[in-house]
Amino acid sequence: MSTRAKEILVIIMIVVFSLVFYFRKIAGGKEIIFSNLVAWVLIALLVLSLGLILILTIKGSLIGRRVVFIYVGIVLALPLFMPFTQKITISPEVRSLYEAVEKLPPGSKVLVSFDYDPPSAPELQPMGESFIRLCFQRDFKVIIMGLWPQGPQQANIAIDKILEDPEMQARNLRYGEDYVNLGYQAGNEFVIQRMGSSFKSMFPSDYRGIPYDSMPLVRNIRNFSNIDFSFNLSAGFPGSVEWVQIAVDRYGVELGLGNTAVQAPQMYTYLNSGQVVGLLGGMNGGAEFELLCDYKGKATKFMLSQSFSHMVIIAFIIIGNVAYFLGGRKSALKDK
Amino acid sequence: MKRNVPLAITFIVGAVLIFSVFIPPMENWGEDFTLFFDIIAVFAFFLGGGNLLRVHLTKLSRRKQDWPYSIVTIMGFLLMLAAGLFRIGNPGDINASLTEQGSLFQTIYDSVFVPLGSTMYALLAFFVASASYRAFRAKNREATILLVAAFIILLGRTPLGTIVTGWVPESFSILQIPNLAIWIMNSPNLAGQRAIMIGIGLGVVSMSLRLILGIERTYLGGDDK
Repeated sequence: MSTRAKEILVIIMIVVFSLVFYFRKIAGGKEIIFSNLVAWVLIALLVLSLGLILILTIKGSLIGRRVVFIYVGIVLALPLFMPFTQKITISPEVRSLYEAVEKLPPGSKVLVSFDYDPPSAPELQPMGESFIRLCFQRDFKVIIMGLWPQGPQQANIAIDKILEDPEMQARNLRYGEDYVNLGYQAGNEFVIQRMGSSFKSMFPSDYRGIPYDSMPLVRNIRNFSNIDFSFNLSAGFPGSVEWVQIAVDRYGVELGLGNTAVQAPQMYTYLNSGQVVGLLGGMNGGAEFELLCDYKGKATKFMLSQSFSHMVIIAFIIIGNVAYFLGGRKSALKDK
Repeated sequence: MKRNVPLAITFIVGAVLIFSVFIPPMENWGEDFTLFFDIIAVFAFFLGGGNLLRVHLTKLSRRKQDWPYSIVTIMGFLLMLAAGLFRIGNPGDINASLTEQGSLFQTIYDSVFVPLGSTMYALLAFFVASASYRAFRAKNREATILLVAAFIILLGRTPLGTIVTGWVPESFSILQIPNLAIWIMNSPNLAGQRAIMIGIGLGVVSMSLRLILGIERTYLGGDDK
């Protein structure tokens, strides 16, 4: 079979599976979950096949990148149907964020900046949902904004999802009184700088066009001094670094961060120096925060997939290094 | 004149922004100057849109490689522009919010942009795995240190890390892989990140001074004379 034919076959399989699951979902079908036995058999098959690849590699037969792709696809998809849940341990940086939020009294005004776009949503959206949900549960007032054009729209998606929950509906949350979405403002870090003297100058109206002064929640908010806590969800520039450098260092804002796994290592400097009160790093951080909030969201659901994929990557790194050292040794022997 | 005016603008703006931080009466000047950023950003939106159209129309007209993708880009750009500017497909009137449920703008965002963006990001998992397999090799001492650190971080974030070193007694808990992963993030990673940030900070200060004082003139384009 030619490579092109194999590719078409794989695409057809993916499309068929996607359609089956999609129509099943919209038809209100039950979630498909494997039994324990099936799940363990599948895991055993995966481990055995990886062992086989290792043996083949030792014998000198190297696998192509398409095999790696297929394995990653399988280990990302299979855990979604498995009956296990991953044990999540709370890291100090996530706990400190949660504790900082817990200390706030009801009615506190919390500013949440959504500084990311849909490509980063798989990691950051669950954090946004669980954080805003926690704010509503604690009766905080939530002010949303974005330094990225798509940020406020991601916030709307999060709010819509939170408000679907009967518990949240029972709270009778009102736009303009309990939460507002100020929308996007161009200007990157200068927006934060000018919010230091006047929020209204940056957001004369919200994302729907409602004038700033006509919304009871923000009417009396002049600048950062009227904000009790800030939370930034960031996937790059402008984002967490700018919030720390301007809002925290110049205006003394108490800030928590939610970052993609790629960006999180850079934020440990600010965490260690006490400039930020806590950090949610990647899907792991999101899942830990969900556990603290006693809420099972997407981060918790997808943690098993992430862990499985990490383990497969580890396996392929080992296989790759075995191939490298054996290849090197053979070429060294040939040289001799 | 062509060079002196931009140099003078750079000097004045740079000097005012620096003084506004250190001299309290000038604080408002700095904020007023940042208004110019918004004005320039508006021009940048127009320039960006115009440039996108120019590049892709040229590619299309000359039938350059992968020109059919340019059709998709132009169509997507024009469709979103029309849906956003003229509120085409909006349930309300021209003053209604773009993000109303059921509006064409919001529908395209939810049904096309969000899934496509997530798909692009999801591809990263495949490329990372493939790149790790092909390039993450213990070729020398530095690469081995990097490999071991990455290995511990990866293992530390999976249940396997806990299982593998779960037997290590509590008095040696630092040797448990999840704790080792935390130590790597909090110590070597922190030291490296700080060093990079301090280096960048010093570089930014020196480059800014060179720009303000007119020593660095490459941003003006062309030759310096």
